[in-house]
Amino acid sequence: MTTIDAKGVYYKQLNEQIKEAVANGAKRIKLTNVMGQYYIADGITGDASIEIEGVPGQDLAAFMNGPTIVVKNNAQDTIGNTMDSGKIVIHGLAGDVLGYGMRGGKMHILSDVGYRVGIHMKSYKEKVPVIIVGGNAGDFFGEYMAGGVLILLGINPVREEMPICGDYLGTGMHGGVMYIRGKVDIDRCGAEVGLDKLDAMDKKLLKRYLEDYCKDFDLDINEILKEEFTKVYPKSKRPYGTLYCY
Amino acid sequence: MFYEKDISGCGLSGFIDKSKKRVSGEEIIKSIALQHDRGNGLGGGFAAYGIYPEFKDYYAFHIMYDNMNALATTEELLHKDLLVKHYEKIPVRRTLKIPTHPILRRYFVKAKPSEEEYELLDIESLDEDDFIVRLVMRINSEVKGAFVFSSGKNMGAFKGVGFPEDVADFFKLDEYHGYIWTAHNRFPTNTPGWWGGAHPFTLLDWSIVHNGEVSSYGINKRYLEMFGYKCTLFTDTEVVTYILDLLIRKHKLSKELACKVLSSAFWKDIDNMDDIDQKVNTALRMVYGSALLNGPFAILFAYKNGLIGLNDRVKLRPLIVGYKGDRVYMSSEESAIRIIEPDLDTVFAPKAGEPVIVEFEAEA
Repeated sequence: MTTIDAKGVYYKQLNEQIKEAVANGAKRIKLTNVMGQYYIADGITGDASIEIEGVPGQDLAAFMNGPTIVVKNNAQDTIGNTMDSGKIVIHGLAGDVLGYGMRGGKMHILSDVGYRVGIHMKSYKEKVPVIIVGGNAGDFFGEYMAGGVLILLGINPVREEMPICGDYLGTGMHGGVMYIRGKVDIDRCGAEVGLDKLDAMDKKLLKRYLEDYCKDFDLDINEILKEEFTKVYPKSKRPYGTLYCY
Repeated sequence: MFYEKDISGCGLSGFIDKSKKRVSGEEIIKSIALQHDRGNGLGGGFAAYGIYPEFKDYYAFHIMYDNMNALATTEELLHKDLLVKHYEKIPVRRTLKIPTHPILRRYFVKAKPSEEEYELLDIESLDEDDFIVRLVMRINSEVKGAFVFSSGKNMGAFKGVGFPEDVADFFKLDEYHGYIWTAHNRFPTNTPGWWGGAHPFTLLDWSIVHNGEVSSYGINKRYLEMFGYKCTLFTDTEVVTYILDLLIRKHKLSKELACKVLSSAFWKDIDNMDDIDQKVNTALRMVYGSALLNGPFAILFAYKNGLIGLNDRVKLRPLIVGYKGDRVYMSSEESAIRIIEPDLDTVFAPKAGEPVIVEFEAEA
């Protein structure tokens, strides 16, 4: 285990230290006293696992390819931008614009997320990005979603009184799928999505993804599956294919 | 005073102590300094409440001057219209990080209308606050090179061109003690970076720090001009301060309703509201359509009794709220709160257009 004390270290030096540790073959890295440093683990390739104590800053794990990141606290905005593969586990809440253009790997969040989560996620062949949110989500969840899987549970919110998901759900969605625990109001969805029950294949996939999620947070999958999920899917792969062609 | 304009982003932070316990500026400086990279050195500023207890019944005018001419002209106006209890240079610390600065003075004043002015005020049923607002507008629009950047009681704004931690060092904010502090780190996008254009923007005891841009500036400005507000500071955020002064102080709207004017409900949501809410929200949009703020924003809005955080209606800027005992913190980034209070009771991100209003307990 390589431990790096981030107390008072500027993000640039901190990221240099992390990259150096990875280059020297460190497999387990622990960052202590992290306080808002930007760009942690950006663009790192390999199978290192990085544990973070403290609140990491914006753009955590952008372009990351392979590593596992475990954040013991809350995290901030724009995590996993264009992430390629690997895993991010957040034992708290996270902010806006998570998984922007994410193209592979997993992001597991224990509690709430902000606005525009999963915006323009995409998938290709075996690369299927997955984001699972244990709390509630803000508006524009899965905006312009082009691929991958978004799962929203609403079981660990900070504020119980808030709805599980916000307005404009899946606006512009044209690929991928969302599974949302409980009912979804079609009036709060974008014009491009349809709602359905889960079929056998959906249920199998959901169970597989949730088993991994429950392992990360020591949760009971049967409790979660007690409630029916709603499937949110894109009605068309090219909703605006003829917009400028008439 | 002008600098070249630059591109993108801003950071803000603030907190209130509900028990009115005063703390030095060191905490807020630490919080905004952590967000150093959200700005670019073209503007930093602070608002502090409870800092002038020895003059708490006097309006504290902070004025910046380009030259001694502007100072002389302004002071003539001040001595004519105001009772000046005390005045002095705003104390500053020489620092290499703030190489140049305007002439800075502060004045603790009360209104002293002439008999003629008094008559006019009486006819229009205006009070001392209105008199002060008119004087601030007059100085800012008529005296070349003079800007009143703070005019409230027992509060003050401190701002300039530089990173906020350097501006704080320059103004010796570690030596002030307040029960509400807000701070701003500027990254000017559409308007010039100059001393008057740094945040907060204040009028009387209202102060605003803002991350975002007011796309509706033109409409808001023209609307405010009808009520005698003059936008003179070359920066969009100025209108937010005047809109809140108009809505809350003049039109007596509650804080909640004023926030609903700035960040109004969408028509599609108004259609689905129950009868009373539908009527209220429709009325607000009809009457105050020109006061709606369009464009992305997160603002912290402080005043003598409290602190409010508010986002735009589709939440295009970050805002995090943290609670700990008597303290409520609001910031662009959670880490900027954790650096001064690691052990928070609750943390959450308010929804789009959802105001977080924190006031002191009513005083007995």
